[in-house]
Amino acid sequence: MNGVHDMGGLQNFGPVLPEQHEPPFHHEWERRAFGLTLAMAGAGMWNLDQARAARESLPPAQYLASSYYQVWLDGLSKLMLERGLVTSEELADGRLCEPPARTRGVLTAERVALALARGNSTQRALAGSARYAVGDAVRTRVLHPQSHTRLPRYCRGKRGTVAMVHGAHVFADANARGAGDEAQWLYTVRFAASELWGLDTTAAAVHVDCWEPYLKGY
Amino acid sequence: MDMRVRALESLLVEKGYVDPKALDLLVETYETKVGPHNGARVVAKAWADAHYRKWLLDDATAAIASLGYTGRQGEHMVALENTARVHNMVVCTLCSCYPWPVLGLPPVWYKAAPYRARAVIDPRGVLADFGVALPDDVEIRVWDSTAEIRYLVLPERPPETDGWTEEQLSTLVTRDSMIGTSVPQAPPQTPQERP
Repeated sequence: MNGVHDMGGLQNFGPVLPEQHEPPFHHEWERRAFGLTLAMAGAGMWNLDQARAARESLPPAQYLASSYYQVWLDGLSKLMLERGLVTSEELADGRLCEPPARTRGVLTAERVALALARGNSTQRALAGSARYAVGDAVRTRVLHPQSHTRLPRYCRGKRGTVAMVHGAHVFADANARGAGDEAQWLYTVRFAASELWGLDTTAAAVHVDCWEPYLKGY
Repeated sequence: MDMRVRALESLLVEKGYVDPKALDLLVETYETKVGPHNGARVVAKAWADAHYRKWLLDDATAAIASLGYTGRQGEHMVALENTARVHNMVVCTLCSCYPWPVLGLPPVWYKAAPYRARAVIDPRGVLADFGVALPDDVEIRVWDSTAEIRYLVLPERPPETDGWTEEQLSTLVTRDSMIGTSVPQAPPQTPQERP
């Protein structure tokens, strides 16, 4: 989806403002919003790409005006509403009105350390071999799906060179639709910055991770 | 916001979806245990140990796991080597992808529009915001974390650190130098070394 989350190359946002000795969280509610988001992921009712898609499809003005943990909270609320885990009345006043829905699990305290240390590998076995090898010239496709994609607007229809081949990985575009893993070969593609921006850049090269369906040879 | 999130938390606990002890543990882990000190240990070891450096550049996931840093948002790691001619900078233009096991949670600026918008088109402008100016002949390579590969910049070892232990070296490694928005500073000279 061509949303405001896809920010690469936008201008006029002002300077980057680093904060000296920045704490991990600035407010108590940020702590809880972070923890709730990770804990609810443990319910197994959505995957990471669906969580990203939920955040990206917030109304554009709301997305831009929100802090990042606000975006996470709004994304979480949206996912829970869509799956019937909570009602809008419950979200509005925080009081339980409906009995709980069935989930696929609960992340218990005993399982936290192991779940974090293990993570969720996205690499999958895939028969056949990768279409492209390191050094191959490729061009990204011109794609504008209404649904979730990880191919940024600034590098669609651009010529690049394969810099790394990472094996087959869960394809975000399919996973976000709930279509399963649909593993695809994943590449890091190097684009000369001039291919992306002409003369108006101070970068030499920009690398973007691209699944095979994003690419064609030329 | 505090009220709203507290209400949401009690609702989700009451529904049985969230174990409150798990929630506390998740927050505590990323607030007190996981942070850029992990990445600093990786970088310092790579500076001090040529074999480890090679392993890190060949297979960052395994080399980093050997120090005990694994898991969520660091399942597939790649280390990017800075040299006198090449400077690497990591961004996630689409959201906030960041190598949690080695750097902890991303700072606000990393997730905010100015950085996500500008890093891929004007990395020197970004560096200027951090007070860093690199020579014109340094090639700046930007890495946009669009999939589940997570990048860690291996900065150059500062001069005048011969004989330093890994622990001493790790004190020179800043979070920003491992994102690529800064470079590690040479240690201050001792008074008798000053001209």
